[in-house]
This record gives sequence, C-alpha cells and structure tokens, in this order.
Amino acid sequence: MGLGAYLTLAAVLFAIGLFGVITRRNTIGILLGIELMLNAVNINLVAFARFNADVVGMIFTLFTISITVAEVALGLAITILVFRIRRTVVADHLDLLKG
Amino acid sequence: MTLEAMTFWALGALLLASALMVVLTKNLFHSVLYLALSLTVTAGIFLALDAEFLAAVQLLLYAGGVVTIVVFAIVVTERLVGARITQTSRHIVTGLVVSGALLVAVLGFLRGVPLPVERPPLGVDVTRAIGQVLLTEFVLPFELLAVLLLVGLLGALYFARPEE
Repeated sequence: MGLGAYLTLAAVLFAIGLFGVITRRNTIGILLGIELMLNAVNINLVAFARFNADVVGMIFTLFTISITVAEVALGLAITILVFRIRRTVVADHLDLLKG
Repeated sequence: MTLEAMTFWALGALLLASALMVVLTKNLFHSVLYLALSLTVTAGIFLALDAEFLAAVQLLLYAGGVVTIVVFAIVVTERLVGARITQTSRHIVTGLVVSGALLVAVLGFLRGVPLPVERPPLGVDVTRAIGQVLLTEFVLPFELLAVLLLVGLLGALYFARPEE
C-alpha cells in the first residue's frame, strides 16, 4: 500500500473525530472525539516517517502521544472539577461566561 | 492481493468502524470501549508501518492509560447522578457538513500531489535508531517532556483533589 492509502485512512479518521467533537454534548464524549483526531495525526506522522525512511517522524509521534496523555489527564480533571461545581458535564449547560 | 494490502484493508475497516461507533453510540461507556478498540487497531497499523516501538507505546499509553482515565472520569461524574450514562448528540447536520467539507478538501489535496508508493528499505533497527536519536539529538525536548508530564500530573492532582 502506498503513502496515499495511509493518508486517506487518517483523513477519514480525522473527519470522524471532528464529527464527534461537533455533535457530542457530553464533555467526555467531546474528549473522545479529540482523541480520535490526534490518533489520525499520529498515523499520518508514522506513515510519512516510514515512507521517507526517517525515524525523526516517529520520535515526533512519541512526543505527541505523551503530550496527549497529559492533555487527557488534565482535561478529565477539569471535567471532574466542573462536575463538582455545576453537577453536569453537558457542554451546553456550562455557560457561566455567557454575557 | 498481497498480504500487506489485506492487512491494511482489514485494519483500516476495523479502525473506521470502531471510530464511527465511538461518535455514534448512545452509551458513553460503550463509546470508551470502542475507543479502546480503535486505539488498539491503530497500534496494529503502526506495526504494519514497521514502527514496533510506537505500537508498544500506543498500547501502553493510549489503550492502557487514556482509556483507564476516561473510565474513571465516567464513573466519577455519572455514578453520582444515577444510572444516566446515555448521551445525546446535537448539530448532526452541521457536523456532517463541516467534517465532510474537511474530508473532501483533504482528499482533493491528496489527489493532486505525487506520493511515494514504494517504501524505501530501512536498513537499521527502528527501535534502536529511535533510542539513539532520542537520547542524543532530541535529548533536550525529551527532558522537557518529562517536566511537562510532571506538571500535568501535579495539575491533574490539584484539580481533582478532594474537597476540603
């Protein structure tokens, strides 16, 4: 399979993740969509690294994976905190900053 | 059809199907389980791309770590309000239009550029090469990453600490 096949797969995965981010109402559901999008980007990076025979792209993927884990841990901690204060994790109900 | 093509199509179909289930299923807990499946299949795609080390990292950090954290978050936030674990979606038409437009744009771009079809031979052990480059050329970002993870850990602990 050529590079184009992997990039197409990643593009479809990214679009599915974006659809999830837009349509989900639960904050945790939105985070899951973001995970899918980041995953698509990782596939792109690894595919480019492999088809250029250059491991630097794979190292970049290593960094994005680690940073994503930190991001998810913080995002879910914020979700738990918001839930304690507002008793809801539905994103539409979190409108404290609305003027 | 070669073995590699069959592997790619099988993994790709499974990945896209599980990803669709992540964004479409009503039950949030099932959604997380499908996410675990799609992250595991992604590790398989990394294997198909000769990145064994990244496949292991993907399984350990994503499929192991992230899914566990998300399950914890669901248990903490949903159990307290009863058995309401279902979730609804909104703006489905907007979501379809935006993600469809993005997909068409990216695929249109991909059709226009020449992309390599054959993989160049690697010549070296990928895991060994990653280790060597990571601890020589990229040692500073590597150490910064450790600091970032520490800060993230402390921040998460601070936010989720028990109420006084």
